[in-house]
Amino acid sequence: MPIILKKLTQRNETYIFLVILVLSFLIEFRSGQFFTPNNIVDIASAMIVPGLFAIGTFMVIVSGGIDVSFPALASLSVYATTSTLFDAKYSGNMWLPIVMALAIGALLGAVNGILIAAFNLPPLIVTLGTSSIFRGFMLGVLGAKQMPVIPKGMSTFGTSSLFVAKNAQSGLTSRMPVAILALIIVLVIAYLILYRTMFGRGIYAIGGNETSAFRAGFNVRQIKFLLYVGVGIISSLAGLIRVCMMTQDHPTNMLGMEMMIIAGVVLGGTAITGGAGSLTGCMLGTALIVIVQNSLILLGVPTFWQGFFLGMLILIGTGVSASQVMRSSNMSKLRKTRRAL
Amino acid sequence: MAQSVLKVVDIKKSFAGVDALKGVSLEIAPGEIHCLAGENGCGKSTLIKIISGVYEPNSGQIEFSGNIHKKITPIEAIMNGIQVIYQDFSIFPNMSVVENLAFNSELANKHKLVNKKRMRKIAKDAIAKINFEVDLDAKVGTLSVADKQLVAICRALMFDAKLIIMDEPTTALTRKEVNALFKIILDLKAQGIATLFVSHKLDEVFEISERFTIIRSGEKIITGNTAELDNKKFTYYMTGREFEDIAFTPKNIDTAPVLEVKNLGLTGFFENISFALHKGEILGLTGLLGSGRTELALSLFGIRKADSGTIEIDGKEIRLDSVQTAMENGIGYVPEDRLSEGLFLPRGIGDNIIISEVDSLANGIGVLDRTKKKNEIARWVKELTIATPNPDNACSTLSGGNQQRIVLAKWLARDLKILILNGPTMGVDIGSKYDIHMILQKLADEGMSLIIISDDIPEIMTTCSKILIMRDGRITATLNPKETNVQELSKYMM
Repeated sequence: MPIILKKLTQRNETYIFLVILVLSFLIEFRSGQFFTPNNIVDIASAMIVPGLFAIGTFMVIVSGGIDVSFPALASLSVYATTSTLFDAKYSGNMWLPIVMALAIGALLGAVNGILIAAFNLPPLIVTLGTSSIFRGFMLGVLGAKQMPVIPKGMSTFGTSSLFVAKNAQSGLTSRMPVAILALIIVLVIAYLILYRTMFGRGIYAIGGNETSAFRAGFNVRQIKFLLYVGVGIISSLAGLIRVCMMTQDHPTNMLGMEMMIIAGVVLGGTAITGGAGSLTGCMLGTALIVIVQNSLILLGVPTFWQGFFLGMLILIGTGVSASQVMRSSNMSKLRKTRRAL
Repeated sequence: MAQSVLKVVDIKKSFAGVDALKGVSLEIAPGEIHCLAGENGCGKSTLIKIISGVYEPNSGQIEFSGNIHKKITPIEAIMNGIQVIYQDFSIFPNMSVVENLAFNSELANKHKLVNKKRMRKIAKDAIAKINFEVDLDAKVGTLSVADKQLVAICRALMFDAKLIIMDEPTTALTRKEVNALFKIILDLKAQGIATLFVSHKLDEVFEISERFTIIRSGEKIITGNTAELDNKKFTYYMTGREFEDIAFTPKNIDTAPVLEVKNLGLTGFFENISFALHKGEILGLTGLLGSGRTELALSLFGIRKADSGTIEIDGKEIRLDSVQTAMENGIGYVPEDRLSEGLFLPRGIGDNIIISEVDSLANGIGVLDRTKKKNEIARWVKELTIATPNPDNACSTLSGGNQQRIVLAKWLARDLKILILNGPTMGVDIGSKYDIHMILQKLADEGMSLIIISDDIPEIMTTCSKILIMRDGRITATLNPKETNVQELSKYMM
């Protein structure tokens, strides 16, 4: 077997890609609708928000942490931005909303960051707590209600498209939102940070062994703090784009997305224990979830079965990677036993 | 003596009112191989952490190449050429060899961006220093323990190290890997780099070090030349006790064997194994890496079912296919990795002792009888002299020797016929090792049959009444320890 093929078989990404391929052909075979231009564009468009959330979640999980507060964080920063601008009768373009939402996101992320990095509290507990606080603050202090209308600049951004794809047979059209550029830009930045900066390598190093990272000279606290700030920023961007694309702000309908996002990241081969995983895998895992959510309907599967299928997918996906981990640790144990002989 | 690389004078350190170090001094010359020895908890690790700047001493001074410091930071220690190789090697298992080697210097030089070419060059230079050959792109987690250690050593050498401190470096290594490590230490010596070698294994101390320092309960007992040291003195300095190694002579051996194994085989691991174990006997089983001895032990305990041959207990053939069958037939097993396989570390000492006989402590409807449980625990704590103020304390609070005693207690609480011990004294200090040997001999005298699997040839020689040597899955010799010697043993092993 050529080396490159052998390397591919050892990578989780290959398998998830094959699963996506099989699923796609299955849907295509049953409906003839999968590989149509408009369906592909629909899926890409549906990837934007989960994809952004997944990038942030991925970085946190690689560092050995976890963040379950990002939907609440995004909801709060976006609601605060939108309602403030709406009340001020803001009529400008998209830049001010982006700056505001991202700034609030950074601030909220810093709350997580301080609690986790400076006080060394467990990330799961911290983000469970802040998730409740962010939500409570939004609903209680800000008195968040559904906003059927959002500032014009935002809805224009949400509905403007790069191009429109048309299905020649059915005549259905789908537009590719401009917002897809945000996903691409964030993806490129995340890639550069993770693989080309010592900060990014530090994230992997901390996930591998935090004590070693400290001893090697990484500023572990600073890295962790900035990481959660970064997640706050990316998540708020995702939330803002979602609101723009829906052209209305429904403050609570992002809540609860965290499990699906984390599942996608883990499905993509990111070790939940930290230290291992790739952006490619993270995107593939998210894509799989999005495809299942979007396309089961093409297979004629009633929507209420969606949850069932997603659950199965998560169990099988994580089960396979867990058994891989188990096998490799068994192997090393065997090696250890033999060595001690 | 030339200007010393490191000199610490009268270091005192206490934690929460407990004195960990009560005025320890130590001096190391350039290129010297110095061994720091002492039992677990004697203050060795505290001293190392003070030298490397992790802890600040309460009093005393530290001198690097003649410069006096009252206190130092980890960075200052590194700048002065002090490098510590920790027991866990401080590596990143999820990252490549290149990154593991290059991170320290990249960070020290405050590089913000990853430069693959530069990092690869750093890594190449680092491994060239000790002629270490390794795939630079391999993830470190996939390397063997010995290679991981070499990665750590290479990394330490990059910073103009003058003194390398190795904390129990041989714990997880095979004999061959230890030899390779010692060769590297000698190479370093030739380059003028001193090594402070922390160990409590006396054969290593004799083999590698020129001078030694022994610490006991936070006090320096002695510093001297290793040439003037012998086994007996070493043990005495370490423990403050004198031991007489009593060679085991089995009493009242029955003619009928308790366990008889005939032509036992497990494809790929061992074949054609036949031996008999009598009541009151201690059988030693030894061999090199991959000789199949651990697999044999696991088969005898029903974990890996043998696929050919027979096993008889008291003359009756049994089908050993599960741990439950093994236990029903009175066989017990003490694993080599007692921490992960033998104990519930976070649970109480008492709970760990009674776990294997928990059935017999329950009343009619299966509820644990508390008084019975308490009496049983008290009995074993006393019988095995486990040093604990309270049997409810977690097992993790005990020293290695005491933990091993609990693993023993756990099995002895059942009335066993046969006890198999894999590396019974691995990682245990001398005092506890002696105590464990005495316990094993006493058990045999009381009529139990034991099988000891060990690397430790002196241990096999003194505690066993019969030695089986395995090589490549076969028994190559059955020897009587009284009529053989170390050379003959190793001849059959190689």
